[in-house]
Amino acid sequence: MTNELLNELTFFVLAVFVGIEVISKVPTMLHTPLMSGTNAIHGIILVGALFIAAGANSPVTVILGFLAVVLATTNVVGGFVVTDRMLEMFKGRQAAAKTAETANIK
Amino acid sequence: MTTLYALAYLLAAILFILGLRQLSSPRTARNGNYTAAAGMVIALGATVPQLHFTGAGAVIVLVGVLVGASVGTIGARQVKMTAIPQMVALFNGAGGGAAALVAVSELLTFGSHPPINEALPSVFSIVIGSVSFAGSLVAFAKLQELMTGTPITYPGQQLVNGLIAAAIIGFVIAVLAIASIPFSFLSLMVLALILGVAFVLPIGGADMPVVISLLNAFTGLAVAASGFTLNNFALIVAGTLVGASGSLLTKLMSDAMGRSLRNVLFGAFGQVRTTAGAAAGKEGRSVRTSSIEDLATLLAYSRRVIIVPGYGLAVAQAQHAVRELADLLEKKGVEVDYAIHPVAGRMPGHMNVLLAEANVPYEQLKEMDEINDEFKDADVVLVVGANDVVNPAARTSPGSPIFGMPILNADEAKNIVFLKRSMRPGFAGIDNDLLYDPKTIMLFGDAKDSLTKLVNAVKAA
Repeated sequence: MTNELLNELTFFVLAVFVGIEVISKVPTMLHTPLMSGTNAIHGIILVGALFIAAGANSPVTVILGFLAVVLATTNVVGGFVVTDRMLEMFKGRQAAAKTAETANIK
Repeated sequence: MTTLYALAYLLAAILFILGLRQLSSPRTARNGNYTAAAGMVIALGATVPQLHFTGAGAVIVLVGVLVGASVGTIGARQVKMTAIPQMVALFNGAGGGAAALVAVSELLTFGSHPPINEALPSVFSIVIGSVSFAGSLVAFAKLQELMTGTPITYPGQQLVNGLIAAAIIGFVIAVLAIASIPFSFLSLMVLALILGVAFVLPIGGADMPVVISLLNAFTGLAVAASGFTLNNFALIVAGTLVGASGSLLTKLMSDAMGRSLRNVLFGAFGQVRTTAGAAAGKEGRSVRTSSIEDLATLLAYSRRVIIVPGYGLAVAQAQHAVRELADLLEKKGVEVDYAIHPVAGRMPGHMNVLLAEANVPYEQLKEMDEINDEFKDADVVLVVGANDVVNPAARTSPGSPIFGMPILNADEAKNIVFLKRSMRPGFAGIDNDLLYDPKTIMLFGDAKDSLTKLVNAVKAA
């Protein structure tokens, strides 16, 4: 096994544990936004799509590269925008909750 | 210079992790999304200087990014809040498709005999990415009601799916061990696309959130596998993070529905359904209806009213009308709360978002555990466009596909009022005995219309 592959495996295994640990306490009402947020993060495949498309030198690779870039960009941009729209709705709730808190203090 | 790029990818990975952490808490969630987006910008920024463009490459990258960014922005901005779950499915499918295409292109560059440590992760990425792509499209079609939301089953289905999966495995072994046929990876992709469709078809529309979450995790793993092929740490770390957190989230979601993941995925829904439908013997049962005025009087002279909002409320865009009714009742001294089932709407948290949009006060939204003991003290439960989440079959009939799902105890209230378009069963496709209960009053029609009429009648009462 090459050193590089070994490094990659190490990163992979550590990332599995971090991924599980970091979201383990999410409340139900955030399930949908969290799913949407992680959905945007795997749009990182755009990095791979860019490498493939930039070096395209045959009709087949041009078609594959173009489709990959379109799909990956849609995933990244759409993913982050739609997550933000969902979370925007929570702002109103927090404001309301805060007003309620201050009212109680008074 | 390469060190600099590697450091940028590391920074991006850190921002993704912090972003996920922030996304798991209501207070910081919105910033979490920005943090993750910043990570994405850094990763992409570090990628562009590393690219060696061919003439055609420069054109397709430029045009591709413009097209993708426009589609993504317009799609995400234009979509109605009610249709957000299926939009997420589409974006997820796009990512899965991209991962598969990247792996295919990368393998083609190796010619007929790719080294095994490149070929193995690529083949994995092709299969999983394609399953995710096709599965997401089916999930989209089911949620958008382009096709039936009820499970599609046929005799020998498990066998057929098993055969497709076996064919894929056989193909993979042949490709890796014996020889590489030109374009064999494209055929592999087609087989995996078929598997993706076959995998989601037998799963009911009500379970789509769990399926989308699972396919989301799949896409993450496909992206990580592409990272192994391209030797790119950003892809490995980000893809694996999504794969791992997505898997856990999938489990949390099916837990919230009181079901095991295996039960959701492998046909239990479809198979039990027929027996439950037959056993119900619903022929000839009658329901009670009432005039708007009588209902208005009932509501106006109650002490305590609990509103159970469901997807029907969202479809009718009735969240503002329901709030108007609640405000009016409160002015008359009625205590009003909203009982939010964890999977009300189409996805966990969906209903909270919709009601927040209508400025329903935060403290009136009660989670299921918080309010379930209070139903017995309620004079009226007003069920607006919900059905499965108050179906007592989940508690009482072990043969029912939703048996075991935690439900709102609406049946314990003194009166139950259903605002519904018809007697049509809910999204899970199961009949609801509560509709025929002597304590239940049905008010048929569009939720928004009915609520507006009720508001006027309550004003007069």
